[in-house]
Amino acid sequence: MKKTVNQKAWFFVLPVLILVAFNAIIPLMTVVNYSVQETFGDNTFFWAGVLWFEEVLHSDRFHAALGRQLFFTFTILAIEIPLGVAIALAMPRRGPWVSVCLILMALPLLIPWNVVGAMWNIFALPDIGLLGRTINALGIDYNFTRQPYSAWATLIAMDVWHWTSLVVLLAYAGLVSIPDAYYQAAKIDGARPFAIFRYIQLPKLKRVLTIAVLLRFMDSFNIYTEPFVLTGGGPGNSTTLLSIDLVKVALGQFDLGPAAAMSLIYFLIILLFCWIFYTLMMRNEDQ
Amino acid sequence: MRAKWLVPTLYIVFLMLPIYWLLNMSFKTTNEILGGFSLWPQDFTLENYQKIFTDPTWYTGYINSLIYVSINTVISVGAALPAAYAFSRYRFIGDKHLFFWLLTNRMAPAAVFALPFFQLYSAVGLFDTHIAVALAHTLFNIPLAVWILEGFMSGVPRQLDETAYVDGYSWGRFFVKIFLPTIAAGIGVACFFCFMFSWVELLLGKTLTAVEAKPIAATMTRTASTSGYELGLLAAAGTLTIVPGAFVIYFVRNYIAKGFALGRV
Repeated sequence: MKKTVNQKAWFFVLPVLILVAFNAIIPLMTVVNYSVQETFGDNTFFWAGVLWFEEVLHSDRFHAALGRQLFFTFTILAIEIPLGVAIALAMPRRGPWVSVCLILMALPLLIPWNVVGAMWNIFALPDIGLLGRTINALGIDYNFTRQPYSAWATLIAMDVWHWTSLVVLLAYAGLVSIPDAYYQAAKIDGARPFAIFRYIQLPKLKRVLTIAVLLRFMDSFNIYTEPFVLTGGGPGNSTTLLSIDLVKVALGQFDLGPAAAMSLIYFLIILLFCWIFYTLMMRNEDQ
Repeated sequence: MRAKWLVPTLYIVFLMLPIYWLLNMSFKTTNEILGGFSLWPQDFTLENYQKIFTDPTWYTGYINSLIYVSINTVISVGAALPAAYAFSRYRFIGDKHLFFWLLTNRMAPAAVFALPFFQLYSAVGLFDTHIAVALAHTLFNIPLAVWILEGFMSGVPRQLDETAYVDGYSWGRFFVKIFLPTIAAGIGVACFFCFMFSWVELLLGKTLTAVEAKPIAATMTRTASTSGYELGLLAAAGTLTIVPGAFVIYFVRNYIAKGFALGRV
């Protein structure tokens, strides 16, 4: 489908442009401004050059937060993607149960993020939470407010609970778009289930899985509310992810310079992945 | 193969357990919660819900949230409609760069924007108003709405536009009378997602408000941290925030994958 060239289309885009520019460009310029200046809190600013960037890039605190962030993101991707595909494969293709499955599975996606955190907090409390009580009854010492490994396990379980459905829904949408004729052909050829998965389903899933992986990557990189409500970054700093650390520096300590430099580094990482996402998605569409 | 239904069933049970626990807690008295462990409420009470519906600090939270979420949905979808039409029908200078730039805002971490937003909206005198939160949330909702609507609009053949012009429709009349009804489903989905993402967001909503426009999410976190453990109340408030999503999910069940994938499935 060829699009016509029409420069007047800019007028259609103008309202969006103004609104988003107000929200994105002005704040971003503020951040850039702070990132190169030093202040002593009396509203006078001095040029500081790249001082804050050097400080942030060399600080152990930033490295540790980034490390935790990457560990978190890759762990949840390694669990959610295969699990989501497996569940989508096992879901019924037609019949009344499809709607029931879709609705129940989508439910966690629509719960406010702070409620997800609060819900898991209550669910995992070692004395009165169902999960915490059960694990302790099994003879495993578990207390997510005191032990870092318990906090991490709870955090990952919560994210799997919250977002695996996204992968399921996307994979399922990809699977139902495969025409029946493909399966009939495979049956005539005597293909085994694994061969059907490898040569019919997986290629069709490639597109949706690209979207799923990248969306989960970006969103887990930005995650703030759920871990903040669940553990508050603790015990100690053991679950302080990048966003939580940034908010601590920016709104908690009001260290404008370092916070701004950190924001920009954070934003550049996101921008890089966003560009990869966009390129992959557009290439998929052209095919 | 026979046990195939077991996988989705187990998964759904796993999904429902924490929700059940929240419901369970919301029907318990504080004494019972702190007194011990029980799988269902022994001393069933609606006290927690009653408190939320009668105490203004609680129910105004819901009202505030609903107000800014509604304003945000109207602004986002209203601005996104013509833009999405432009992206789906025309080529113009910088269209691809603009489309990409919109996407970067959907992906931008709210934490980066929290402090500058606070300063920007304080500077223009909008701090602690519904409109501030509504405008701040357009940062990620407008891109989302543009992408979803563009996905739906690209599915409508161009012949529809051309036939209407041949029949003597002006662009405005064609857009309102013919095009909008054709993509009604897409508009519904876009509204739903704008509503949802504004509803679930906490960080910006909390940063930009103090008293007058405080969202329910902020009320909840402050209760949790200040007045110790009022778990029953917290659970009841949490349960009530799930209701809007649970209520409309039926209508979008077939499009929900498309919405989460930014209109790209």
